[in-house]
Amino acid sequence: MTSRSHSVRRISVLAGLGAASTLLMGFLGFGESKGGLPFKDAADMLHAVMEADRRVYTRVVVQRLTLQDKVITASEHYADEKALPLPAQMFRLGAEAAAETTKKFSYSLLSLTPINKQNNARTDVERKGLDAVANNKGESFYGDEQLGGKRYFTAVYPDTAVAEACVKCHNAHKDSPRHDFKLGDVMGGVVIRIPVSD
Amino acid sequence: MITSKTRLWLAWFIASVTGGTALVAAMLSPGHQWPFLIGKMTSGHHQIELACKACHLSPFGGKQALQEACVKCHGEELRKSKDSHPAKKFNDPRNADRLEKLNAQLCLSCHREHKPQLTHAMGVTVPDDFCALCHADIAKERSSHKGLGFSGCANAGCHNYHDNQALYEDFLVKHAGEPTTAATPLVALKAAPDLEQTASSAQAFEPRGPLAADMADGPVERRGETILAEWSADIHALKGVNCSDCHSIKIGNATERVWVDRPGLAGCQGCHVDQAHSFIDGKHGMRLRPDLQPLAPMRPGLAEKPMKVSAQSKEIGCTSCHGAHSFDTVRAQMEACLGCHDDSHSKAYIGSPHHSLWLNETSKQAPIGSGVSCASCHMPRVRTDDGGRPRSFTNHNQNANLRPTEKMVRSVCGDCHGLQFALDALADPALALRNYAGQPAAKVEGIEWAIKRREAKAPLGIDAITKERKSP
Repeated sequence: MTSRSHSVRRISVLAGLGAASTLLMGFLGFGESKGGLPFKDAADMLHAVMEADRRVYTRVVVQRLTLQDKVITASEHYADEKALPLPAQMFRLGAEAAAETTKKFSYSLLSLTPINKQNNARTDVERKGLDAVANNKGESFYGDEQLGGKRYFTAVYPDTAVAEACVKCHNAHKDSPRHDFKLGDVMGGVVIRIPVSD
Repeated sequence: MITSKTRLWLAWFIASVTGGTALVAAMLSPGHQWPFLIGKMTSGHHQIELACKACHLSPFGGKQALQEACVKCHGEELRKSKDSHPAKKFNDPRNADRLEKLNAQLCLSCHREHKPQLTHAMGVTVPDDFCALCHADIAKERSSHKGLGFSGCANAGCHNYHDNQALYEDFLVKHAGEPTTAATPLVALKAAPDLEQTASSAQAFEPRGPLAADMADGPVERRGETILAEWSADIHALKGVNCSDCHSIKIGNATERVWVDRPGLAGCQGCHVDQAHSFIDGKHGMRLRPDLQPLAPMRPGLAEKPMKVSAQSKEIGCTSCHGAHSFDTVRAQMEACLGCHDDSHSKAYIGSPHHSLWLNETSKQAPIGSGVSCASCHMPRVRTDDGGRPRSFTNHNQNANLRPTEKMVRSVCGDCHGLQFALDALADPALALRNYAGQPAAKVEGIEWAIKRREAKAPLGIDAITKERKSP
């Protein structure tokens, strides 16, 4: 066997090991997406947009038009009532629409004290994350989990009462398990998931 | 010399080729695919059971191709009914464990075809208690549900999997305490004076002046005296619609129009777009869907429900109910239906309270919208804002609000009746057979439970917070 063929074999083995370790790191969720952007950064960037849109809708649309100008109501039955969707519904509608166009990430708005019980924590990471953001103001939570045979990088960000409308509605709603929210309280969390493996 | 063995081989070969050719021909011929029918189909699809490609869009497409076929026909209806469990709700991976129990993203998970032994109401092929797969702990949240079996969720007039527009809690509370019948019961969209009630949904039709009998432009040999007399007195001639507007049509990919004596749906759908579209969505017209051609039109003889013997071979199209040249929408709303339908519910209509009201309206003793014909309930007018043109039209898909029965509450019953009465009446199959002559024996407890829960629960309700609106 020539030295050249030895070299080719060595390179092949090294390349194979490199590819395998890359795949393994990806599989184990070492925080790097295949494109090089860390999952944490990607999630943080997505959340920055979500949080900004959510804050603007809550303050500039719902709060202003319902409580200040009183020209329209906001209702969970917005179609029947010809009203504005509630901020949480607006967020969910966006999440569902995004999920119809991409599987590269998903997001949801959850809480340990949700009005809609379907928005309660369902996975261990969700529970840990929502608990962490509620007890460590301003902090985010990052973890990984396996759901339906796939691994996910999961980030949880605090969802804060940014307007009087948030506090009033949650404290007054018949299905709310908690009625003592104050402006600035963490009411729940935005959960972003990015699949680590296909 | 040909031996007997060779003859046998030859016979076998010819028989195989002939049989194979026959099977391939059947496979490729919609309407003749009966050798491949692997089991009786549900009542919703039996009319098109010989058009395999209606559902099997691709031979190797698997479940996704079947799903596409379901959505192609039923997707729009589900969207309009504000589906409570849309597939998109389960896209979030946090629902992966739920999908493992029941893949709610595929219609086929609950609605399998060719499985008559598994199929029950609404074409459902999973056990009645399927709600428990995800909502097993509902009693913890709602004490009213303690001890209730899950088989009754969708069978007691309380919940539907897809359409809960008349059943959600706040709707029940909002309509609690309504009288059995309104003081002035009127079918809202029929009586609506401020909403355009369109027969023609065509934007392009230029208004023309009325046409007299001598202005007919059909071939001379086709202009019979009776036809001319009927047409010239009909709304079409009054609106300037001439013979060729209906009878000259393009066939297939042709660019030129040709005269057709019996143009069928093609003669009407150019102007009556909404009506034609909804007609082919329902059981009367589904065999005329362009993608199912060349199925012959539906005939009462093919129906699973009892039909009159005299109507068995009648082909169902626009003119079978509306007539031709002398179009009669009053006849089409009741007499046309009873010309074919021969089941208990249909037969009990004559003499029923709804029938009396209809007679009063059509004899002009009572206002428009006060009568209740077959079409009032089964082909109600619907409002549309498509194209920025608010209007109402008659939904010719008579299945659109038929099952589950609660779908009828908002589109029909609620115009005249209180919610409790409507839910009770729809939950009483015996009363339906009597065409609602009498009082319901059933009692749906949903409203009562919703009120109790509202009273026991907190304070204001989310809407009350933003309820105060400035006067315009």
